[in-house]
Amino acid sequence: MAGSAAMYHAMTSLGFASASPYKGAIKLNGDPRGASVLILGAGLAGMTAALELRNAGYKVQILEFNDRAGGRNWTLRGGDSFTELGGFKQACEFESGLYINPGPWRIPYHHRALLDYCKRLGVSLEPFIQLNYNALIHSSRAFGGAPQRIRAIKADFQGQVSELLAKVTQQGKLDEAVTREDQEVLLQALRSWGALDRDYKYKANLISAGFRGYARDPGGGLDAIPLSGDPLALSEILKSRVWRYLQNFANYNFQTTMFQPVGGMDMIGKAFAKEVGGLIRYNAKVTRIQQDDRGVTVSYVDTAHPATVQLAKADWCICTIPLSILSQLPVDVSAAMKAAIDAVPYAGSVKVGLQFKRRFWEEDEAIYGGISYTDLPIRQIAYPDTGFNRSGRGVLLGAYLFDGANAYEFTAMTPAERVARTVEFGAMIHPQYRDEFENGVAVAWHRVPFVLGCSGDWSEEARAAHYRNLCQIDGRIALAGEHASALPAWQEGAILSALDAIARLHDRVMRT
Amino acid sequence: MRAKTKVAFMKIAAVMSLALSTAASAQDNRTFSSGYRFVEMTGEELFGNVCQGCHMPDAAGAIGAGSYPSLVGNRNLEASGYAVYLVINGRRGMPGFGDMMTDGQVAAVVNYLRTHFGNNYQDVVTARDVRDARR
Repeated sequence: MAGSAAMYHAMTSLGFASASPYKGAIKLNGDPRGASVLILGAGLAGMTAALELRNAGYKVQILEFNDRAGGRNWTLRGGDSFTELGGFKQACEFESGLYINPGPWRIPYHHRALLDYCKRLGVSLEPFIQLNYNALIHSSRAFGGAPQRIRAIKADFQGQVSELLAKVTQQGKLDEAVTREDQEVLLQALRSWGALDRDYKYKANLISAGFRGYARDPGGGLDAIPLSGDPLALSEILKSRVWRYLQNFANYNFQTTMFQPVGGMDMIGKAFAKEVGGLIRYNAKVTRIQQDDRGVTVSYVDTAHPATVQLAKADWCICTIPLSILSQLPVDVSAAMKAAIDAVPYAGSVKVGLQFKRRFWEEDEAIYGGISYTDLPIRQIAYPDTGFNRSGRGVLLGAYLFDGANAYEFTAMTPAERVARTVEFGAMIHPQYRDEFENGVAVAWHRVPFVLGCSGDWSEEARAAHYRNLCQIDGRIALAGEHASALPAWQEGAILSALDAIARLHDRVMRT
Repeated sequence: MRAKTKVAFMKIAAVMSLALSTAASAQDNRTFSSGYRFVEMTGEELFGNVCQGCHMPDAAGAIGAGSYPSLVGNRNLEASGYAVYLVINGRRGMPGFGDMMTDGQVAAVVNYLRTHFGNNYQDVVTARDVRDARR
């Protein structure tokens, strides 16, 4: 090993080198000599492509179905209205400054491309709190239906598993697997990690309370001495399966630090639109995509005047239209790409935002941001990660369903029923809902007119058979979007796919 | 990774699926499933809790940037095997429900569709037909 390889090895072992496929701002060197690109869709993929291609000297035009830029990068605020498929219209009645992000809502620290665009475009970030130890885990079938603090579930599970492992270690049952010397260290580690006492027991005492929390917190003065609480029984933790929620904090995609844009996720889309908004033709519904050796011709209609078909032409096309829609359009591409376009079902997902008269989760329960998990159909309650400790109204995410039966069941309801059911279920966890609820909005992604689903739900088989065919440049057309990435449903996937598509497209233009 | 997660969910669902359908039938008897699979059993309830999300309560479909087909008086339902295939496997953006419904549930919802919304096909699909269609 020598030179740069040695350097790279040293850097990765120290953790300096980025594991991200993003290698910094893209460089499209060379003069495209007036070549034109038509981009379909002004979401993050389309606007990334537009920004970089325009900067590289291309003539760029974007067609967008909505009357706004951003696509699924979207925020609903008071005063906004939204009409879903079927004609169900909602007016968001949140107080000024309060919002929900119906689509993407969190950014992992390793989504380096998205973070870099936020930096370049001046989008301010703040922490997104994925793990709040004081938020709740709720099982309707365990602990008498009473929600438990995440810190208690985590400490009691970890502590009692540690106690068991310490026990079998001391009984010599690990002698074949672990050396005597290592067993001593293992016991120390289990005591430290599991909050065990000197006898390697996990009990109600101030050692475990230091992890799981106290029945009475340490105070000042006469009654300052803290009291420990009783751990939850391991058997009940196991049977209730609440341990599965701990995965939400261990998974690479959800590890702290996570971010959100200050003021709403759509700050990113708006920042892109500030750069490329002048290139966008809004309210343009694409109806056909044709190509020959000279260029690409896209038929579209203005959504207000659908009878008149208009044409947009360019030398090349970057198409970011979701496959749920693209698969319905006549598109001149190879049989292999068409098969790939047809191979991806779209997942269902529902988010419900609720406004309350006061931030009772903070005032009554000391829950500042983060997410509670439940086995009720609402699945999650996410508290706002901004505006902490303020008096007055607050908006939380009252339900976030992704895939599975409940997402379909909630999609099938009217928006008003989704909100009502979300309040009804949520009140089982926070009884304050009954008195404090004011209004809500509910977005079911299968009913969102511009995407007909939440995201491309690739099966392993479909990905193996079709993914590379989807991503190949087909004549003069290249696809981009989260569906053309290995990061389904993540904004990073949309951006990385766009960067990869335009790099290959530019290379082709330079060679012709 | 996704597929693995789904399998894990389904195992959990198998254990718990009977338990929770009562959890929220507060006002007007809407059924909620507890796991990955649906607990609704009748064709009417499966349509109302699943299909109508996209195909709409009147089964007339909807049009946005793309569209959901109308199932009203739909000649594609004449061949029962086609409807069974679609519910099991999905098509294009439409998810398949083969992993989320039993043979009996698929048969029930197909029979419901083929006898409602201006469709009047009297030959009945059985659970065995669905089992055979799963390959």
